[in-house]
Amino acid sequence: MHARADAADTAPNWPDDIFATLQRYDVRQVPYVPDAGHSTLIQRVLASSTMRGIPLTTEEEGVALLAGAWTGGQRGVLLMQSSGVGNCINMLSLIPILRFPFLTLVTMRGEWGEFNPWQVPMGSTTQGVFELSGIKVLRASNAAEVPAVLEAAAAQAYNALTPTAVLLSQRLIGAKVFTK
Amino acid sequence: MSKANLLDRRQVVSTLLAGRKDVVAIGGLGASTNDITAVGDHPRNFYLWGGMGGAAMIGLGLALAQPRLPVLVITGDGEMLMGMGSLATIGLQKPPNLSIVVLDNECYGETGGQISHTSATADLVGVAKACGIANACAISTMAEVETFAKAVHEVSVGPRFANVKIANANLDRILPSRDGTYIVNRIRGDLGFQPI
Repeated sequence: MHARADAADTAPNWPDDIFATLQRYDVRQVPYVPDAGHSTLIQRVLASSTMRGIPLTTEEEGVALLAGAWTGGQRGVLLMQSSGVGNCINMLSLIPILRFPFLTLVTMRGEWGEFNPWQVPMGSTTQGVFELSGIKVLRASNAAEVPAVLEAAAAQAYNALTPTAVLLSQRLIGAKVFTK
Repeated sequence: MSKANLLDRRQVVSTLLAGRKDVVAIGGLGASTNDITAVGDHPRNFYLWGGMGGAAMIGLGLALAQPRLPVLVITGDGEMLMGMGSLATIGLQKPPNLSIVVLDNECYGETGGQISHTSATADLVGVAKACGIANACAISTMAEVETFAKAVHEVSVGPRFANVKIANANLDRILPSRDGTYIVNRIRGDLGFQPI
């Protein structure tokens, strides 16, 4: 049992809003480490004829992949959860050095009613890690603001080469709760 | 340390790039990037001075974006060990135009020659095969290097992986540009992409 609305008939629309924005910005490579909060978006990507979903073994692979994609003329976006951000830290140095468009969408854990204490340390430092690494952080806390936040993030990442992370808050996704 | 019949790394890389035509060559952090430079600077050389463990993934992103272009990653055993999971990622995607060569001197030559895992137990060819890169081989002769160099241009039957045991020699450092933005934009320009 958990409180997420991930049954087909109650699925939220915000992952579709994200998908539409990514399509509009001609995003082609979508590396990801799965997260329940990204599951609908990952399904859309894997079913897409223009985007390639690329499962990773660890999130830092995705940073390097996006550098290669841009060198070859394609835009990408990295999907991960907050715990994966820590795995990326050294590889994030490629972003200012190589100056490629970097957009990542991060589903948050360790906040807003989190039941698992192990998620809290990395969830608490996610924003700080990004900011110390030179990446701008935007946040979406409810479904209504997802389209505007995504549009702003994609615009500044792809048009202005401003590395950007969007934190999709646990309040938006729904706190995962296991009950006995 | 040195064993008999190990190949010379500069000769290996020189042979890999001799008839390169449109190949994009990515040099992993460390001596591999210097080896590529020693053959001669080239607008399609991607020199890495950091991001250890990322060379193969940069190759994957480039290979997927440019499926008709031969993409050749040349890196060391230490760099490949750090990004070993990327072999699983590449094995799943199976980019037919991606080739990976590991120059395996069984040590971390840049940091004092400390032994690496390949000196005793780790078998990178076995890892690549087990990750779904069926065309993975160990190379021990220059004739095999020449055959591999030709195969790099076949962009419909990869990915391919080769582990080349090389002599552990400290060679002159021949250093490429350290300006990553210049390096990326030079490749993009050569591929026909405009600045943003």
